[in-house]
Order: sequence, then structure tokens, then C-alpha cells
Amino acid sequence: MTTLEIAAQVDARGLSCPMPIVRTAQGIKPLAAGALVEVLTTDPGSQKDFVAWCRSTGNELVEQSVDGTVYRFVIRRK
Amino acid sequence: MTLTTERPAPATATAPGLDPIAAAIADIEGLEELGTQPQPVLTGETKPRDLVLICYSGELEKTWAALILATTAAASGINTKMFLTFWGLQTFVKDEKRITGENAMQKMLAMMQRPGISHRKLSKMNFLGMGPWMMGVLAKQYGVAKPKELLEAAQALGVEFMPCQMTMDMFGLKREDMIDGLGEPVGAATVIELLANGAASLFI
Repeated sequence: MTTLEIAAQVDARGLSCPMPIVRTAQGIKPLAAGALVEVLTTDPGSQKDFVAWCRSTGNELVEQSVDGTVYRFVIRRK
Repeated sequence: MTLTTERPAPATATAPGLDPIAAAIADIEGLEELGTQPQPVLTGETKPRDLVLICYSGELEKTWAALILATTAAASGINTKMFLTFWGLQTFVKDEKRITGENAMQKMLAMMQRPGISHRKLSKMNFLGMGPWMMGVLAKQYGVAKPKELLEAAQALGVEFMPCQMTMDMFGLKREDMIDGLGEPVGAATVIELLANGAASLFI
């Protein structure tokens, strides 16, 4: 855990593909460039999906961690 | 991350990039211009940034898959279009419309296959609606968004919907039969132009 300043949070726990990505895309859109969004998911597929999504959108995956069954991602808006 | 659509310069006498096997085949077949065939140049991180989903089928599972892919593509910053044709167009009739069409045969077809996104049937194991109902229960249990929710997400993410004019005519569908937010009806030539210009495509 770091002291990054999170501008928005997306709680996609309990949701299956593709909603974690869809919610994140919607959540990051109103933010300013460089702002950070924290995403929480429980979908194991999201571990790879968020890496791929960041590659295809150009957003930066700053942090990725697991806490039990919850996956946490911190993404910096392009 | 843009698609490079420039064609390579015509091959010089040395034909760079022509591998030995291709060169041998060219030699046998007398294809002198093999190395000069126009090929899209995909280098580094360039990739197609347009996706066209040709929604041809009306079954629940195919509608579902098409909408999952469309929402994900749009969420990934890809210009996503759905061309709605034949049975794929029936999905985008308003749920509350029971009978569509202008003549008896069109009305009979609508009776036989209820249009609307909430009335899709499975291609296999439909069992008079038991299959779709079970799918719905499982979707809820596992947090899977249903086609209708995905359609709303797709519209919010800016997916463009292109109804097929020919299908509208053949099934006697009017604009007011269709859900809100669809684009102008178009024909195959509009889709073909997008594909010819390098859009990635899926036929579902």
C-alpha cells in the first residue's frame, strides 16, 4: 500500500467480464490526465485483462495487488 | 497507436523482404510482383483502431457474446460499430413490440420469433424458455451483465449501431419499432468500405 492520491474508485467486486473493464473505462473518463483511479475486482480474469486494457488504451498500470479474493489496481489516466 | 495504412514503396530490383520460399514460389509461378503486393504495414504498437461487428444472428448466446466484445472494445478506446442485419436486427426492436411488419407474412414471422433483446432464445437447449431462464439465474448468481445491461453500457460508451436498410424493408420494420439511439439505416457498401479501410471485423 502506498500513499498515492486516488482521484476516483471503481468498485467492481462481484462483477464478471466485461463489467470491471466497462466500469473502469466509464470511471476514468471524467478524470484529468495523470489522475489515479483505484479499481477493486473479484474476477480472477481481471488480473490479465487490466494489463491488456492498459496496454491498448495507453493508461498506466501503477499498482497491482491481491488481498485474499480481491484484486486491486491503481491506474493513471493517460 | 495508429494504423499505418501507407503501402510499401514498389519493390526495387533486390525485392527486400521477399523470403527464399516465397521467392521460389514466385519463381515457379512466374509471379514477378509477389514482393510488390500491397500489404498493410503493422509496425511496433500500431494496430487497427476500428472494429465492426456484423450482428447477423438473433440467438441469445450470440447476442450476448457480440455485446460483451463491443462494450469491451469501446471501453478500450476502439471505435466500435455494430451492423445489425437479418436476425441480428430483431434484437434491436423494442422489447414491448410484439407484432411487427406491414403485411401478413411479416407479422407471422414476428409472431413466430418474438423480437426484442429480452426475448432472445438459445440456439440449443432452449426448452420453451427454460434454457434462457436458467442462463439468467446463473448470470445473476455470477455477476454477469445480461444483454440488456450490456446494450445500455454499449450505448453509454459510444458504440455506433447501424441498422441494415434491406432487413428493415424485408421484415417491414419501421424506425419507431426500433430502440432509441440507433443510427441511420445503411447498406452493405457502408460496411464494406469500413472493412476495406482496415477495420477489424467480427461476423456473429
